[in-house]
Amino acid sequence: MFRRERSIPLRGSAAALCNNLSVLQLPSRNLTHFGVVHGPSAQLVSAAPEGVPLAQRQLHAKEGAGVSPPLITQVHWCVLPFRVLLVLTSHRGIQMYESDGSVMVYWHALDSGDASPVQAVFARGIAASGHFICVGTWSGRILVFDIPAKGPNIVLSEELAGHQTPVTDIATEPAQGQDCVADMVTADDSGLLCVWRSGPEFKLLTRIPGFGVPCPSVQLWHGTVAAGYGDGQVRLYEAGTGTLHVQISAHARAICALDLASEAGKLLSAAEDTFVHIWKLSRSPESGYTEVEHCHGECVPDTQVCGARFCDPSGSSFAVTGYDLAEILRFSSV
Amino acid sequence: MSVRTLPLLFLNLGGEMLYILDQRLRAQNIPGDKARKVLHDIISTMFNRKFMEELFKPQDLYSKKALRTVYDRLAHASIMRLNQASMDKLYDLMTMAFKHQVLLCPRPKDVLLVTFNHLDAIKGFIQDSPAILHQVEEIFRQLTEVKCFFLLCLWQTYGGLSAGEFQLIRQTLLTFFQDLHIRVSLFLKDKVQNSNGRFVLPVSGPVPWGTEVPGLIRMFDSKGKEVKKVEFKHGGNYVTAPKEGSFELYGDRVLKLGTNMYSMNRPVETHMSGASKNLAPRTQENIAPNPLAKEELNFLARLMGGMEIKKPSGPEPGFRLNLFTTDEEEEQAALTRPEELSYEVINIQATQDQQRNEELARIMGELEVTDQPRQSASKGDDLLAMMDGL
Repeated sequence: MFRRERSIPLRGSAAALCNNLSVLQLPSRNLTHFGVVHGPSAQLVSAAPEGVPLAQRQLHAKEGAGVSPPLITQVHWCVLPFRVLLVLTSHRGIQMYESDGSVMVYWHALDSGDASPVQAVFARGIAASGHFICVGTWSGRILVFDIPAKGPNIVLSEELAGHQTPVTDIATEPAQGQDCVADMVTADDSGLLCVWRSGPEFKLLTRIPGFGVPCPSVQLWHGTVAAGYGDGQVRLYEAGTGTLHVQISAHARAICALDLASEAGKLLSAAEDTFVHIWKLSRSPESGYTEVEHCHGECVPDTQVCGARFCDPSGSSFAVTGYDLAEILRFSSV
Repeated sequence: MSVRTLPLLFLNLGGEMLYILDQRLRAQNIPGDKARKVLHDIISTMFNRKFMEELFKPQDLYSKKALRTVYDRLAHASIMRLNQASMDKLYDLMTMAFKHQVLLCPRPKDVLLVTFNHLDAIKGFIQDSPAILHQVEEIFRQLTEVKCFFLLCLWQTYGGLSAGEFQLIRQTLLTFFQDLHIRVSLFLKDKVQNSNGRFVLPVSGPVPWGTEVPGLIRMFDSKGKEVKKVEFKHGGNYVTAPKEGSFELYGDRVLKLGTNMYSMNRPVETHMSGASKNLAPRTQENIAPNPLAKEELNFLARLMGGMEIKKPSGPEPGFRLNLFTTDEEEEQAALTRPEELSYEVINIQATQDQQRNEELARIMGELEVTDQPRQSASKGDDLLAMMDGL
């Protein structure tokens, strides 16, 4: 059902992180941007539809106080109403660039003040929510940045408390038009999920407790939270109430990435077990409950997958990165 | 990255080193008492209290080069000598073995089980020596009185960690091993490694403890009642985990990773994969002047200050161990080692005097550590030569 397409070579191999692939689709320009973290640097590659690489750029974590080379934890494109920014999180802070990575428009240094000597200090978890960009931190706090329509006048507007352990991932979806509707979910190393409503002030709506394993990756689709866990499970919850609707024994190792093709209701899960699975989400017309159907499973032999994303809105193609692999693997449906 | 990673890295690499040395000592027919002395001296140096204190301090991982210097010193803790080519090969084998173990750990915290496998085996190496056996038995016995420094450090550092913290440790270890693809003939023979240097990741066998066999979708109503159950084809061939490995002082670890794979007397060769284009360029480490060199040297000075290296004394003559089957092979390996895989050995004659160590570190800090062969006459080498005479 899917076949391997031409891979995109990378200058450096992908690091063993979770959510280690970001994709920016630019159909109007017939381009796709890919972002992968190598270690102290991240690589941006632009490719034409057939996967021919057109341009590449390397970004580095900004040096701050400290002696070790700062490592990047995540790179992610944030699509806002009037602009697209590229956000890079590291063990020093948060860097924001114009979408092609050419100009850094903002730098926020992390405050490691109350960290104990054994605690790693870093930022991780990036998502756009309206005209805000939310970034998670090692302490569990979520930083909310207010982004102007253009220019570098970015302001830290709020710090959200909800997590006590390092944040792993953040997912958002456009508000569905009603009040009191959840449009952001954050996840952490303990597996706790926090569901929020965005606004000039973000409001915590629900907490969905973990069960002893990290939740490295999370997505939000039409009021349903999709969460991938360190024990290979994918769980779907109703965002507003936190009710568990679907539990999938999806993988044999920790899940490292989830992605959504929102229009098509397709969910992609990738894990360290070398597998990528595609699921179809739907709402049962009778019960109103979320249902899941397995569509496709792909094995990437001998590769500890660390990132995976759909490359088009209908979910008919996806890209994968793996630890130690110096290329982006591409698949498209036949 | 996690600052709790170094003890795990050090102990497991040290364990692999002992497996390999034990195998080579037997292959080279070194007399039993000499072989035992070498292993005992190395083990007692590794578990030296002062050394352990330094090791367990929260700190970032240092580079492969810096860490290799520590093992170079450790390997020379006794009457045995190794040429650089043999030391290179030893380090290659150690690092590839532990990389494989970390990669294949079912759960991130299972790296502790791998560590226990190494520790259990180390105890086996010291059976015959009454003096050191007493020392280690003492350690194991004293644990219940919580006086054992080393195992206490282990429990204190790792006993209460969450799954998330172990995941960070795993990621830190994998970062250390990133882009290392040296082909080991034992791994190739056992189909554990592919010819491109990448490890085989099996998609069959038991799932990790606490994970369900993939293949089931369960759907629930808002009251939590299961309303639908659908199976799907996962693609792998997994079975339930039979039992959990023991994290106790003694116990069945269940996991085989970290046990001695050299116990059969098989010659081990490494292939340098320099020709392979899969090797990501390591230009960052080798060519650019390393701004971390000073910090690394400080660490090395502190760490090796805690290592009590006994000078070979008495009637016990030293001997040279060869990691290759012949001397010619060893010479050939030294000549043909690819540039990007060369380890620059930092030659430090560390003393146990703290003030001397600081001065040493300061002097070292003034040297520019570049990728020059040891034989070249440079300011650095002259200073080192001078310090050797201190």
